[in-house]
Amino acid sequence: MGLTRKDLLDIRSLEAGEIRTILDTAASMKEIASREIKKVPALRGKTVVNMFMEPSTRTRTSFEIAGKWLSADVINVSGSSSSVVKGETLVDTARNIEAMSPNCVVIRHAASGAAHLLARTLRCSVVNAGDGMHEHPTQALLDLLTIREKRGHLEGLSVAIVGDIAHSRVARSNIAGMRKMGMSVTVAGPPTLIPPGVEELGVKVARRLEDALRDVDVIMMLRLQQERMTANYIPSLREYSRLYGLSLEKLRGARDDVMIMHPGPVNRGIEISPEVADGPYSVILEQVANGVAVRMAILYLLLGAKGAEA
Amino acid sequence: MAAVTFREKAQVLDEPGIDRALTRIAHEIVEHAGGTDGLVLVGIRTRGVSLARRIAARLQAIGGHTVPVGALDITLYRDDLALKGDTPVLRGTDIPFPVSEKTLVLVDDVLYTGRTIRAALDAIIDLGRPRMIQLAVLVDRGHRELPIRADYVGKNLPTARREAVQVMLREHDGQDRVVIQEPEA
Repeated sequence: MGLTRKDLLDIRSLEAGEIRTILDTAASMKEIASREIKKVPALRGKTVVNMFMEPSTRTRTSFEIAGKWLSADVINVSGSSSSVVKGETLVDTARNIEAMSPNCVVIRHAASGAAHLLARTLRCSVVNAGDGMHEHPTQALLDLLTIREKRGHLEGLSVAIVGDIAHSRVARSNIAGMRKMGMSVTVAGPPTLIPPGVEELGVKVARRLEDALRDVDVIMMLRLQQERMTANYIPSLREYSRLYGLSLEKLRGARDDVMIMHPGPVNRGIEISPEVADGPYSVILEQVANGVAVRMAILYLLLGAKGAEA
Repeated sequence: MAAVTFREKAQVLDEPGIDRALTRIAHEIVEHAGGTDGLVLVGIRTRGVSLARRIAARLQAIGGHTVPVGALDITLYRDDLALKGDTPVLRGTDIPFPVSEKTLVLVDDVLYTGRTIRAALDAIIDLGRPRMIQLAVLVDRGHRELPIRADYVGKNLPTARREAVQVMLREHDGQDRVVIQEPEA
């Protein structure tokens, strides 16, 4: 029982059983992080190429550590600082990478669909580490792992996802994953940052932050993605922060045992106040630790048993 | 690959037989180690863990000390990962005590090619440096492919390669018995 697919491109096309397999495998991988010698030989002789065409600390480091702890050789190809546009250029780059015979390419790209394009072009496995405003599947999986660890289960839990839903691949992947796992999702944010028709994904929309926070098990704050905002979506950062920033005051309306998540990097004082980000309900650093375990699980499940294949 | 179905050829151990074998192994371990001090057991998932727990209960009855029991998942250390059609399920290693300077007894249900034990030795050594590593198995069915032997054996069982040995334990299978199976013609 593993993953029979070549690539991990999005949550949308995963089945609930596959998500469960990934989470179970990741939970087993966590033990390796607690060892003195953090290395197992499972992916010895395999090569993983990290192609990051957009800035990233957490995700790139996390994939690199994951590969190294499994004994794979990990190579980082940093994207050119000029914008690599979707189309021939990316395919060209990919062909060059393929000439190095990797077993897996991990791709982070500003263009939605970049990972799918690579997956069609390359014979090796492709893992989407975030493509534009489309999906960020490994982030959603590590979020699900963190919630499952804290609550013991996923089904029946309720989540509020708050902030810039429109530009967020994290929100899109999480909504897909949470709905598949039987969780209910409410989104909240300025009307300009809530995509029209978002209800079709099976989520509720709350106009006010206070309404979204009441009675949920998990609050997930999103980063205000100023680099993707090509127009004036919000009047000012100060107003955004006042209406949609998570402060201790707003948290008063939430449940006593609520969990607070943030995919990082945190804009302290904008979408979340420092007291809340560093507070007792916050699991932000657990999310980062679980990121390594989830990426180990994905590399293992995609590459572990496929060495003999073309 | 077509699935091969097996049918039972003979029962080689029943419940009292398994009990006696484990009791004898426990006595041999104590005799060899001169007590239960500094002794730890590590079962290889899945059935090795249950056998290790049963042996530990007997060791406590004999020696008076609680003997720690850990669980080892050797999946990430297999030498045939690339050959397997399907990625084996990971169940995780859980050894919540230091293994360095201990007498560590690995426990598994069946010793066959020795490849599982080779993987287990690598896995253990990544966790520390035991003073000594020994091996206890319920059944040794022969056909080694590596220079590995067991220190404590419940039953030596000559088998043909085409046959299969199945250990069934209460904890997993609802009953205690060991059977030899042969491929259905």
